[in-house]
Amino acid sequence: MVAVDRVWKYFGDFPALRDVSLTVPRGACLALLGRNGAGKTTLLRILAGFSKPAKGTVTIAGAAPRDLAARAKVGYLGHGIAVWDELSAEENLRVFATLYGVDRAAIPVWLERVGLLRVRDGLAREFSRGMRQRLAIARAFLHEPELLVLDEPFTSLDDRAIALLQNLLRDARERGASVVMSTHQLREALELASDVVLLKNGRVAHAGPRTEEMLNDPSWLYARYGEG
Amino acid sequence: MREKFIYALGSLGALALVANMYNIFLVLPDEANQGAIYRIIFFHVPAAIIAFTFFFVALICSVAFLAFKSSKADAVAVASTEVGVVFAIVNLVTGSIWGRNIWGIWWTWDYRITSMFVCVLLYLGYLIMRPAITDPTQRGTLSAVLSIFAFCDVPIVWFSIRWWRTQHPGPVLETGGLPHAMAMALLYNFIALLMIGTALVLVRLRSEHVQREIESLRRLALVEA
Amino acid sequence: MNAFGAAIAIARKDLRSELRSKEATNAAVSFALVILLILSFAFEPTGEEIHAMAGGLLWIVFAFSGTLILNRTFARELQNDALEALIAAPVPGWALFLGKAASSMVMMLVVELVSLPVFAIFYGVTLVWTLAPVILLGTWALVVVGVSFSALTVNVQLREVMLPLLIYPTLVPALIASMMLTGNLLDGQTFSGDNITWLRLLVGFDIIYTALAVTLIDIVLVG
Repeated sequence: MVAVDRVWKYFGDFPALRDVSLTVPRGACLALLGRNGAGKTTLLRILAGFSKPAKGTVTIAGAAPRDLAARAKVGYLGHGIAVWDELSAEENLRVFATLYGVDRAAIPVWLERVGLLRVRDGLAREFSRGMRQRLAIARAFLHEPELLVLDEPFTSLDDRAIALLQNLLRDARERGASVVMSTHQLREALELASDVVLLKNGRVAHAGPRTEEMLNDPSWLYARYGEG
Repeated sequence: MREKFIYALGSLGALALVANMYNIFLVLPDEANQGAIYRIIFFHVPAAIIAFTFFFVALICSVAFLAFKSSKADAVAVASTEVGVVFAIVNLVTGSIWGRNIWGIWWTWDYRITSMFVCVLLYLGYLIMRPAITDPTQRGTLSAVLSIFAFCDVPIVWFSIRWWRTQHPGPVLETGGLPHAMAMALLYNFIALLMIGTALVLVRLRSEHVQREIESLRRLALVEA
Repeated sequence: MNAFGAAIAIARKDLRSELRSKEATNAAVSFALVILLILSFAFEPTGEEIHAMAGGLLWIVFAFSGTLILNRTFARELQNDALEALIAAPVPGWALFLGKAASSMVMMLVVELVSLPVFAIFYGVTLVWTLAPVILLGTWALVVVGVSFSALTVNVQLREVMLPLLIYPTLVPALIASMMLTGNLLDGQTFSGDNITWLRLLVGFDIIYTALAVTLIDIVLVG
């Protein structure tokens, strides 16, 4: 689904990603771990199509991340919730339905799934923090993406949103979608992940399947690579 | 090696300038109509040509940056823009002094003066915006686009203001009205000033390079911390 | 996916948001009125020379009050990081640009429609219908350059300061042409002679900058 091949990315002369290669098969869930500044967000932004690698190639379902075909298949959930405050919940999703060419019949279905159907006409501005987060989740899943790119998805979410997101991610993987997420919430992420990549100073320090010992001790990987 | 080249080029330019000034001020006669003040064209005209040459170099390097993302191209673009702006200002100031003597006014909203002024403003905007962008790649990209916008604007500004009003003396170069000795003095001074300008660009390029190194070391230090 | 449909969706969403908050248009209309007031102190507002200056005055009002709208074109997407969602969507950059330009154009025209009659009353000027194409073309020039630079400066510190610094020098040719045309038409002239030249300049400026913006917008937004 995703193939990252010898990717370099610089900020000025400073390499934020050095020779990063990884693949994410269909239906896999990759947890991207590493300290702040290790290059997690940089890599995710390249996958989501916000920036381009300086060297190397990235393909998503066989296309470059900036190709419209690839972008239509990616759902991105970043630090910001990316909803428009002056629009209602339904209007917000309607804009994205048009942008992604999704049938409008999907909107009430998703509003129902995130528990916002009752307040579909309420302005996002008037929503509570948790409701806005759930609206953002609906926005990212609306077009049934084949690849979900999540940057710190569990940070700042309330319990209800975390449970919702975990369920949606499981469902998405069951229908064959892949997930790439960066996170500090090790336990939540490791429970979902099928594979783990640890980035250290822009390099891949560890790549492999998630093992039992990681589940038993979430900080096991950090300890092993001297990142404790 | 490179440093030596810069110094050699700079001092050669300076020497040529001194020789030219001897020729301009002590050998060449006064002009019949304007008297001594006409000599300012030996600086005024080359400054304008050099300014536009550097703006053009900046345009080429900006396009090259967008195509190849080479930080060198971005550095050359900003260095030549900066020196270009300096020469454009020299052109405006010398023109103003000449105008005070011949027209009796420091400034007039003639099309060439106004266009050059707009040009200075456009590229000043470029230079002011650069430090406001922190990420070097983004800085290069955005300023390259800005440089393309600015360069495309210059000819349109020129023609629009020309249609608007005209009272600048006719172009001295194209009419061939300049005596041979003066034309040669103009050419020599153009070459001397171009050498000095190029040396300045190279010096500026070095400081840009050092600044990039400092920036990436800072980033490295932050990551290690 | 129909890119024009996406452009329309983006424009409609901007206009709907603006219709609910009225942030930008309210500010721009009030600012236009303030400029009209201040300019009346600069010279005798009902004197004979007003006809010669009317074109210039009007476009100063449009250009200055317009920045309040243009400044927000892309900046309004910064809240909640909505810009990221727009860039991530499968919509070509030019469609995003056109959507943004269309919504800004409508907001600018609203501000201009309000300030035009006020201008006519304050300065004793009789408006003519031939102004319409000039206002449309001149406003499009403001919008194209303004929206491009709004995208360019969206992540830049001191954005509000940078935008006016960049757009006015760039707009000089379009402003000269619009001012000359407006002045001449208010003076009773028709589209002939010099006015055709000015009109050509204005159309040329619009075409060149629309083409530049549409080509470069992807680079500006993604790099």
